[in-house]
Amino acid sequence: MEKRNSLNWARALAKGILLFAALNLLLAAIGPFEAPFGIYNWLVPGRARFPYGENPAAAYNLSLYDLGAMFASHELDGAGVPGSEFRVLILGDSSIWGSLLRPEETLSGQLNALHLLCSGKPARFYNLGYPTLSLAKDLMILREGMRYQPDLILWPLTLESFPRGRQLESPLAANNTARLGALARDYNLPLTLDSLTPPSFWQRTLIARRRPAADWLRLQLYGFAWAATGIDQDDSQTFQPAARDLEDDLSFHDWQPPALPLDQMAFELLSAGRAAAGGTPLILINEPILVSQGQNSNVRYNFYYPRWAYDQYRAALAQTCQANGWTCLDAWDRVPQEHFTNTAIHLDAVGERLFAEFIYENALAGSCQKP
Amino acid sequence: MSLVEVAVFLGLALLWRTAAGGRARGWFLLGLSVLAIFWLQPATALRGMDTWLPLAALGLAVLSWVATVDPAGRCWRDQLPALALVLGLTLGLGLLRFVPLPDWLGAHRPPPLGQIAAGIGLLALVVLLAARLPGRVARAGALTLLLVLFVLLKYPPLTAWVSGGLRLLTEQPVHLASALDLRWLGFSYLAFRLIHTIRDRQAGRLHTFSLQEYLVYLFFFPAYTAGPIDRLERFVSDLRAPLGSLKGDLEKALPRLLSGLARKFVLADALALVALSPTLAAQIQAPGWLWLGLVAYSFQIYLDFSGYTDLAIGLGLLAGIRLPENFNRPYSKPNLIQFWNNWHITLTQWFRAYFFNPLTRWLKRRLPRLPQALVVFSLQTATMILIGLWHGIALNFVLWGLWHAFGLFINNRWNEQVKPRLPDLSARAGLNRAVTVFSTLLTFIYVSLGWLWFLLPDAGQAGRVLLGLFGWGG
Repeated sequence: MEKRNSLNWARALAKGILLFAALNLLLAAIGPFEAPFGIYNWLVPGRARFPYGENPAAAYNLSLYDLGAMFASHELDGAGVPGSEFRVLILGDSSIWGSLLRPEETLSGQLNALHLLCSGKPARFYNLGYPTLSLAKDLMILREGMRYQPDLILWPLTLESFPRGRQLESPLAANNTARLGALARDYNLPLTLDSLTPPSFWQRTLIARRRPAADWLRLQLYGFAWAATGIDQDDSQTFQPAARDLEDDLSFHDWQPPALPLDQMAFELLSAGRAAAGGTPLILINEPILVSQGQNSNVRYNFYYPRWAYDQYRAALAQTCQANGWTCLDAWDRVPQEHFTNTAIHLDAVGERLFAEFIYENALAGSCQKP
Repeated sequence: MSLVEVAVFLGLALLWRTAAGGRARGWFLLGLSVLAIFWLQPATALRGMDTWLPLAALGLAVLSWVATVDPAGRCWRDQLPALALVLGLTLGLGLLRFVPLPDWLGAHRPPPLGQIAAGIGLLALVVLLAARLPGRVARAGALTLLLVLFVLLKYPPLTAWVSGGLRLLTEQPVHLASALDLRWLGFSYLAFRLIHTIRDRQAGRLHTFSLQEYLVYLFFFPAYTAGPIDRLERFVSDLRAPLGSLKGDLEKALPRLLSGLARKFVLADALALVALSPTLAAQIQAPGWLWLGLVAYSFQIYLDFSGYTDLAIGLGLLAGIRLPENFNRPYSKPNLIQFWNNWHITLTQWFRAYFFNPLTRWLKRRLPRLPQALVVFSLQTATMILIGLWHGIALNFVLWGLWHAFGLFINNRWNEQVKPRLPDLSARAGLNRAVTVFSTLLTFIYVSLGWLWFLLPDAGQAGRVLLGLFGWGG
């Protein structure tokens, strides 16, 4: 009996090691893999915005870079059949994702609260914002979001998302080189992907990908706390209000007046976005910024933007929209400075409501009705 | 124990078995265990405590050995090698002050060697004084010291006050004093082992053991932090027995180690993200989610603790020590009495041996006419409250103890008065099975509800959540 047990153990161990090695090699051979599945939208409700967070224990949420898993955890993935609702996707940065805001206070939450009827169907706004400033990241999300057959796309943006040099600084973009490569190829984008090396054979094994795998698992487990509480952001965090008194500094990144080097701004990503949207209407929105009235506000609008650079950007954006016949809105000064929180683009709940009403009045009122 | 700590212990045990052929077991285990108590002790905000607390544990151990051995068998010359090893390692660790350590070895920075030597000198003085006392006085003194330390360490306001005093002495900011300053890793289990040996010596049941054997028993690295609580004589019989074959020991140890790793680091750590916590309990309103969190907590605490036990037993087997079992599928038991016979078994056996049984005998002798039901109720209540207080001197632990005492009393009365009058179901297998399933479920729910008092330090919050689970309260 003893001998048989010892044999079984040795064989079980050997088989286990062999199977594990085989699984690793198989996964590495298949290539980069994602996990576009999970417990959301069937066992627990989908999340109202993408997973993102630095304090998982308090936020029941965490950052991961598996776009498939991110979409699988989103309520959009559990939305009904296309056509049953007027489906609106909202792209954007942290101001759209809703830093310091609960899901219902974000732009999408405020628009949903209007209970609009668009083209005879109830309008449903989906928050696809993600907290980093990069048009390439937005484009990547837009392309993935098109699988859900939206009726309209809103793409709020701001100057900080435009510099070509920072497109790949978003960790979400940097960790999805294959997707970015495909975007660059399909839309002939001048994205310099050389600095981002695709994962090697060994980096694609399960052992090397244990951190993403653990993150995926944690995201699923935090789904229960999300479902039970509706909390997806550390609501105990306090913040330092964005500066109203500013430095007497004319620089924007490394650029000085008089001219903003528009050739270094990634306007081509807007064209790519337009192309990715296909026949779906897409509205570009220059999002609200903090227009400071403090010290040196004659030089700068806020911590991010000197007046000369931002004014030139607005003019260039308007000109691009006009030249291409795109629908664009400019909401840059539509929110008073008291409704900004910790940065020059983060709004409080009232600010988001004002922004939502602006979008309704200027873009939706024609085809949508309030009840 | 963290994964790194388990891996290090496992690697060292295997290295000793293969490279040294398992020779000099007592010395290897003593050396490794002494190093382990310094390594495992977490650093605290109070400077040097990660050295002083393990050193104090060693001092307590030597003091208790002096109190428990027969003076005739206390030949210091025979104990010199063990003392020299412990002193050498302690002073050697003091030299780490001058060596930058990698992160995985912890953030320890021992006090200056002179201070450590002075601390050892002070402990030696106390031990030598105790050795001159009559044995019964020394034992009474050691027991009193343990109880005082227990209260000081388990009652947070008092612990913070002591920390304030220590901060004043060592010129550290007093306003930062906190109970966390004196997190003495493994003290509870050390105290159980010490009390066991002292009480058995008082009762004349304990033989004399060498200092080396006594220290290995107290500080045996797999069981030091979270048990199981072995008995000295049983432990030493394993220690003295020849080692089995490595292959045989590995066959027994490997399943336990794998089980422990899976339970603790996979299942329990995953369930921790779902389990009810004070924060979650305040945020959840819906009863369904509260139940889910509570059930997750029940399994988390079980898998975490039983996982640790598996690891301890597995590592123990590699050292040739067969530690006692601590859990035997407690949630599958059909009543509370059986639950407690299978949950943290060595703890309940300890309380039975050193509190419940002696108190029962005392009560029967002093108050022979006391009704049986009252005797049972008062003894179970006292025992369960004491078990609760062992986790910390706070109202919520008292309520947890009362919750179980009440349940055990009802269980006892049911067995005594109701069950004999019920029809015998043993012939009706289906019905019998259904009743067993129902009672197992009922027991699990009762135990789970009891965990509310355990996991929520605020008794008021625990009460509100208890009502919330049934949809009552706002």
